[in-house]
Amino acid sequence: MIPIAFDYVRPGTVDEAISALAAAGEDGKVISGGQSLMPVLRLRMAAPTTLVDIGSIAEMKGITDGGDHLVVGANATHYEVMNDALVKQHAPLLAQAAGTVADPAIRHRGTFGGSLAHADPAGDLPTVALALDATMVAKGPNGTREIAAKDFFVDYFTSALEPEEILVAVKVPKLGDGWSTHYEKFNRTAQAWATVGVAAAVKRQNGTITEARVALTNMGPSPVRASSVEAALAGAAATTDAIAAAAANAADGTRPTSDLHASAEFREHLAKVLTKRAVAQAAGV
Amino acid sequence: MTHIPISVTVDGTVYDVEVEPRRLLVHFLREDIGRVGTVVGCDTSNCGACTVLLDGKSVKSCSVLAVQADGHAVLTVQGLAEGEHKWHPVQEAFKECHGLQCGYCTPGMVMAAVDLLQENPNPSEEEIREGLEGNLCRCTGYHNIVKSVEYAAELMGGKS
Ligand SMILES: Cc1cc2nc3c(=O)[nH]c(=O)nc-3n(C[C@H](O)[C@H](O)[C@H](O)COP(=O)(O)OP(=O)(O)OC[C@H]3O[C@@H](n4cnc5c(N)ncnc54)[C@H](O)[C@@H]3O)c2cc1C
Ligand code: FES
Ligand code: FES
Repeated sequence: MIPIAFDYVRPGTVDEAISALAAAGEDGKVISGGQSLMPVLRLRMAAPTTLVDIGSIAEMKGITDGGDHLVVGANATHYEVMNDALVKQHAPLLAQAAGTVADPAIRHRGTFGGSLAHADPAGDLPTVALALDATMVAKGPNGTREIAAKDFFVDYFTSALEPEEILVAVKVPKLGDGWSTHYEKFNRTAQAWATVGVAAAVKRQNGTITEARVALTNMGPSPVRASSVEAALAGAAATTDAIAAAAANAADGTRPTSDLHASAEFREHLAKVLTKRAVAQAAGV
Repeated sequence: MTHIPISVTVDGTVYDVEVEPRRLLVHFLREDIGRVGTVVGCDTSNCGACTVLLDGKSVKSCSVLAVQADGHAVLTVQGLAEGEHKWHPVQEAFKECHGLQCGYCTPGMVMAAVDLLQENPNPSEEEIREGLEGNLCRCTGYHNIVKSVEYAAELMGGKS
């Protein structure tokens, strides 16, 4: 279908974009890559009166080294993220997960910031941001603020961003020595979303897992950390049995839904199986 | 809503036109400038029938606004051939290997394959299947499409 008519502005700076958004009022909407928004507009599930296109704002592009973290511009595309040398070196989990998003054409346009702001419970990158303890840098009429990933994903398709705020960049902490990671995604058809996904980061010292981070995709209204798995893994032997025992807790505290892809029960089962696979792969066992 | 002037290069020709902001790039191509080689197959950004290259990279032209292509270059399936009879190797390969039946997915499939081969000149069968993940075909079962891309890689000198 053809979207309902709207006005369109293409600001050149973040400040101009914030003013444009404020001027547009409550029916203004940001568009970046458009890879989630365009289908929504075409299906007429949303009818903004003004689109503020932030896609050509140069200060939101690029990926830079911030010392103990990377600064990933919100406008970095999935394609740029998965191929970036800094991301591959310091946040390989993010590079790997970005490569599982949709298909090549969508990855050429869809952005990291758009994915996070969209806050789809089935999105892969919110889970990775949560696992890596990323920090969102948002700017609005009242200035810039930082929001921790654990506070950013609020509910189904709802982030902590205010309507007039723009996600400008994401600070992704570098994982230091001894860490390795894996993203395990289960889906049944090409270019499909995750039925369930698991992001795992494991720190190994000799035969022991000293620290682990595990986050789950599509196991509730927003991505969740599997804290009881993390607790069980800390200090555990890096063996298949110990990992399987820890992974048995993966569905604790989750609230998966039933939909046409899977029942809640099947999702709980998947969470355990995929957690075992993701952690084992990350731990190299 | 006011029309917005845009300047877009399509298959080597510059078009200066005014479009409604809601105009999809694919509708601009088909209806405003008559390049009907690129088709629409869905409303959900899934099928890939509308795939074109935007500044050299594959995109789904139903999921890009014409105004977003302002100042950029679009290559459609109609701009691939060099002259009347000198087809692009990917087109040649789809003909040779019978990579189509009804042909509806073909414009997008060919453009996705062009993008795939410029990223990876010597892809494995699995890499071809993954690289064409965003393009659906209801007829061929994909088998001959994969063979076409393998043959195109050979024609383009990538296949060892
Ligand atoms: C067929 C298909 C399959 C897909 N499969 C997957 C998948 O497997 N995994 C996955 O994770 N994703 C998937 N996606 C979604 C894809 O990752 C999108 O690219 C992403 O969700 C949105 O990024 P965008 O830049 O395109 O955002 P847009 O579509 O432009 O915007 C999305 C939303 O975020 C808001 N927004 C965007 N940028 C900002 C910003 N900087 N600040 C504030 N608000 C902002 C917009 O207002 C809008 O509400 C798929 C999409 C399609 C069409
Ligand atoms: S028409 Fe189906 S993806 Fe564009
Ligand atoms: S040839 Fe008919 S859809 Fe592919």
